[in-house]
Amino acid sequence: MWERILTMLRKEFRSVFRDPRMRMVILGLPVIQTLIFGYAVTLDVRHVRLAVIDRDRTPASRALVARFTGSAYFDAVAFTPDEDVARALVDAAEASAILQINAGYESRLRGGRTAAVQLIVDGSDSNTARFVVNYGTMIAATANNQFLLEQTLRQAGRTVPIGRVDLQPRAWFNADLESRNFYVPGIIAMLVMLVSLMLTSMSIVREKEAGTIEQIMVTPIRPIEFILGKCAPFAAIGFLNVCLVAVVGLFWFEIPLRGSFPLLLLGTACFLLSTLGIGLFISTVSATQQQAMMTTFFFFFPAMLFSGFIFPIANMPTVIQWLSLLDPLRYFLIIIRGVFLKGIGFDVLWPQLGALVALGLCVMTFAVARFRKTIA
Amino acid sequence: MRAEPAPSAETIVEVQNLEKHFGAFKAVAGISFAVRRGEIFGFLGPNGAGKSTTIRMLCGLLAPTAGTGRVAGFDIVRQAEQIKTRIGYMSQKFSLYDELTVEENIDFYSGIYRVPKAKKAERKAWVLEMAGLAAHRRSRTSVLSGGWKQRLALGCAVLHEPPILFLDEPTSGVDPNSRRQFWDLIYDLAGRGVTVFVTTHYMEESEYCDRLGIIYRGELIALGPPRELKTRHMSEAVLEIECARPNDAMGLIERLPAVKEVALFGKGLHAVASDAIAAETAIRAALAAANLALTRLERIVPTLEDVFVSLCAARSAGQPNAAGAQTEVSR
Repeated sequence: MWERILTMLRKEFRSVFRDPRMRMVILGLPVIQTLIFGYAVTLDVRHVRLAVIDRDRTPASRALVARFTGSAYFDAVAFTPDEDVARALVDAAEASAILQINAGYESRLRGGRTAAVQLIVDGSDSNTARFVVNYGTMIAATANNQFLLEQTLRQAGRTVPIGRVDLQPRAWFNADLESRNFYVPGIIAMLVMLVSLMLTSMSIVREKEAGTIEQIMVTPIRPIEFILGKCAPFAAIGFLNVCLVAVVGLFWFEIPLRGSFPLLLLGTACFLLSTLGIGLFISTVSATQQQAMMTTFFFFFPAMLFSGFIFPIANMPTVIQWLSLLDPLRYFLIIIRGVFLKGIGFDVLWPQLGALVALGLCVMTFAVARFRKTIA
Repeated sequence: MRAEPAPSAETIVEVQNLEKHFGAFKAVAGISFAVRRGEIFGFLGPNGAGKSTTIRMLCGLLAPTAGTGRVAGFDIVRQAEQIKTRIGYMSQKFSLYDELTVEENIDFYSGIYRVPKAKKAERKAWVLEMAGLAAHRRSRTSVLSGGWKQRLALGCAVLHEPPILFLDEPTSGVDPNSRRQFWDLIYDLAGRGVTVFVTTHYMEESEYCDRLGIIYRGELIALGPPRELKTRHMSEAVLEIECARPNDAMGLIERLPAVKEVALFGKGLHAVASDAIAAETAIRAALAAANLALTRLERIVPTLEDVFVSLCAARSAGQPNAAGAQTEVSR
């Protein structure tokens, strides 16, 4: 048994690494993609381009504008008195928000009345728009606060005690609420899934297309020997990828690794069991590499979207939440984020590890069973 | 491998009423035959006749729909894995790894067949020498020519010294010279006592076989040594005709009542008739009437191709609706 598995293994390693393009796909692409995604995949909204319509032109109105443009969240791209000009900027996506201050802003404030200021946001990107509205509300609240203090000071001529609620938020595990800290471990999981799925789903079907499988089938090799020999190199490549990409995450993006690295490897092993199983299954049922590629993508996209990689599972409809229980990426994300950011251990993560092993054994058994059938 | 060929009548492959259906299509429609140990047994037939399907069932690649078969004493359905350790198989399509070198391919199959460690080097050297690839041992298989690939594939198929070798159209797509060399290797193996089961659609190759089965539309329509087939299955006379414009002449001769069939053959025509004298007279008259110069007309010993054409024609006449059998079944 071991001799045959070793023979298969040697052959698979040679086949994979002999092709320079494959070497690039396996070693280069995950690193490059982590670098790109690490910068690109972020929900932090900064530098919102703001068009300003200031019709008051008073120190008070300028102070309010300065509060906006002085923050890291807004960059003023245009000052114009003309609403149509501002609207055209939003249409052209050169501005994604308009701050409009009408004439009489300062005098209304001084007169002790409410002065309305309008913030128009481009709602076509609802996520960004929500952030912009929140930032705007925050800035207005600070302005009000300050104004209130100044008014009291002026009227009383001295500082009077005013009771206030002071909320002191603190984010555990990610103090600066860097969304990168949340996404980079996710990207590692996603890349490992993609690479291992692609490689295995192509593996058997490529032999089918080349006709080499037929010669293997007439030998006394057992399906399990063939499958293990096929999988082992891809599992090794999966581990290598996790390490490579983790190094990029740790040293380039400075993502903290608070938990134990061996636990991360154990999680990877459990995760690879199911992705390799799914890849093999796709490979056994596909007749051509194109079919295998399409099937892989049909599996990969829902698996990514339902995993909680971007969208929280708790917000999904109940049916989808159930469906996500079959998604190995869901469990691995919890493991990898838990190990990186929270530093939690086996005592917390064992249900996820167990789910991955169960899922993996099921799909593996299924793939081996299907493979046996193809011979007959 | 045994030291000397054993010309005993011991049966090593045996098939009874073997059938394989693909949906409504009967690729193999109930064939029975036996192959004796040490002989070169040929399966001759057109594409889609069921040759590959039969060989695949014998090698355990396909499960038969009905019928039984035994290879080396093992049942082809229940004991396919035992059979696989005792056979070598080589298909018409090159199926070694292109991205590996010659040596790596040999090592791979050596490992898969679990050739004993002590014998590995010796077997490898034997294959390299047999295939003439010693100088190219470190070349990628993809750069080899067709003939070399074929010989390497044969070498890998017999690394474990199987007593039976199945060759499915092994020489399709190689030049005549390589084909000749390949048959020398087959003879060499047969000389060492290996039973060779080979399918082909080349007439001249089928002449090299000890015994020959002719398969047509899933049925075995003739079985015997090539020489015997030529005499036993050919009661009619074959006339060889060389004349001007053979295509036009064929149209004329076809319509003669004395001639059963006529086919283009080389530069001339072959006509089949039950009464050779009557047919000869009729042909001479017809060609003279049409002003077609006749350079040669004589009765000849039928070739295997004549036998084949005549048998197939007789079959087709018997079952006019079986035209579907000509479509290639690639499974």
